[in-house]
Amino acid sequence: MIPLLGISTQALFGQLLLGLINGAFYAMLSLGLAVIFGMLNIVNFAHGALYMVGAFAAWFLLTYFHIGYWPALILAPLGVALFGMVIERTMLKRLAGLDHIYGLLLTFGLALIIQGVFQNQFGASGQPYPLPEQLKGGTNLGFMYLPTYRAWAVVFSLCVCLFTWFMIEKTRLGSVLRAATENPELTRAFGINVPRLITLTYGFGVGLAALAGVLAAPIYQVRPLMGADFIIVVFAVVVIGGMGSILGAIGAGFMLGIVEGLTKVFYPQAANIVVFVIMVAVLLVKPTGLFGKKL
Amino acid sequence: MSEPLLNVSGLQAWYGESHVLHGVDFEVRPGEVVTLLGRNGAGKTTTLKCIMGMIGKRQGSIRYEGEETIALSSDKIARRGVALCPEERGVFASLTVLENLLLPPKIADGGLSLDEIYDLFPNLKERSTSMGGKLSGGEQQMLAIARILRTGARLLMLDEPTEGLAPIIIKQIGHAIQKLKPRGFTLLLVEQNFRWASQLADRFYVMEHGRVIDAFAAAELPDNMDKLHAYLGV
Repeated sequence: MIPLLGISTQALFGQLLLGLINGAFYAMLSLGLAVIFGMLNIVNFAHGALYMVGAFAAWFLLTYFHIGYWPALILAPLGVALFGMVIERTMLKRLAGLDHIYGLLLTFGLALIIQGVFQNQFGASGQPYPLPEQLKGGTNLGFMYLPTYRAWAVVFSLCVCLFTWFMIEKTRLGSVLRAATENPELTRAFGINVPRLITLTYGFGVGLAALAGVLAAPIYQVRPLMGADFIIVVFAVVVIGGMGSILGAIGAGFMLGIVEGLTKVFYPQAANIVVFVIMVAVLLVKPTGLFGKKL
Repeated sequence: MSEPLLNVSGLQAWYGESHVLHGVDFEVRPGEVVTLLGRNGAGKTTTLKCIMGMIGKRQGSIRYEGEETIALSSDKIARRGVALCPEERGVFASLTVLENLLLPPKIADGGLSLDEIYDLFPNLKERSTSMGGKLSGGEQQMLAIARILRTGARLLMLDEPTEGLAPIIIKQIGHAIQKLKPRGFTLLLVEQNFRWASQLADRFYVMEHGRVIDAFAAAELPDNMDKLHAYLGV
């Protein structure tokens, strides 16, 4: 192995891959948060909990119904999206037009309840979720060993992010969504059922979180607090990318995952705080975030 | 005389605690161009927004094609054939010109095709891929009007379509509106530019303090100019 600045390339690329994987999850989660914030004006603190529910849904499907990874990749997000839409219709809808703080408090309370129920039921320790048969093993690239599942997680997440971006920026449905984000009253006065669009958007956003949860299940353990640990960093990512910016959420997600990974190699002590240091720096220089336009 | 397309009676509206419409009565018959006149704050814009279902607290009766719409949500009213071009234009900055044009869903036949709209407003064709936020004031106004011509809505409500625009643009918009009338559109205008409106409208209603206080047909205008100047304070 050729050392680089006193670091073995093995360690460097290993951490880079880890960073990239974390980045993939940051991107998917912050993308959902950005879409929800844009449309509902709500900072969805339940996002981490719903990511966890997604992972647990996959675990339930496997443990109780012997339904494997591939169907779970579709069924779990759909189930969580449905659950999210019920939350929107019965609770979040009533907060429309009120200050951000109400939505924040409600979703934060929901997160605590959901996490509490799962913790009560399953304890704090994790449930293992097996790798799907087709994605076991890995490839030796010469400079590093690349586990197949991790490569899949990064590529799949990137595809989901780009697909979402394409849908929002380049399609008819996306133009309706952007219009409703910009001026919901007028969009509605053009004959578009904006309340239904809002419900579907929330369902889509939390569905993305659940999809990330299923994707994460074989890598991390399925634990009730898996989302709570993650979501704090994801909020920092959203702030850095710019609230409500789609490309910002995706770009900042991957970028910060990599920065975090590199920090683990070069100065491990700072690895846990580097994202927050960047957040503070970005907020000082550009309060709307790197890609943000408006607040 | 034909049945009115739109019949507003006893319309009251509130912005929070403040009572802004105190019983507005007027009607618009099919194919007519009707203009609401009045000073700033008389309640003209609020009246249009009430008809569109965009004011939360409203009472009285608004009948469109004989159907009561006072309690309907704005998307349902739009689906019945009413369209608004708002005073602030409401061009979506994050949508291209073409996306803006195609945003309102088609609700019936009889709207203009995209080509006909481009004939009416050639500037929009050149700028079809520009973002809405990059347009000039005149282009924004053309886009805001053009946007509601495609859908097949029969009642078009234009709020201050000439406000803040150059004379040449005002003329172009006037020409466009004149071409709409023979196509069977019914227009309800709110306009401060009385000279411009007088060339287009069949009838006028004058509003003051949230009520309709007078009405003229176009032919009665010359005899009533003094009264009108007093109402409008010009």
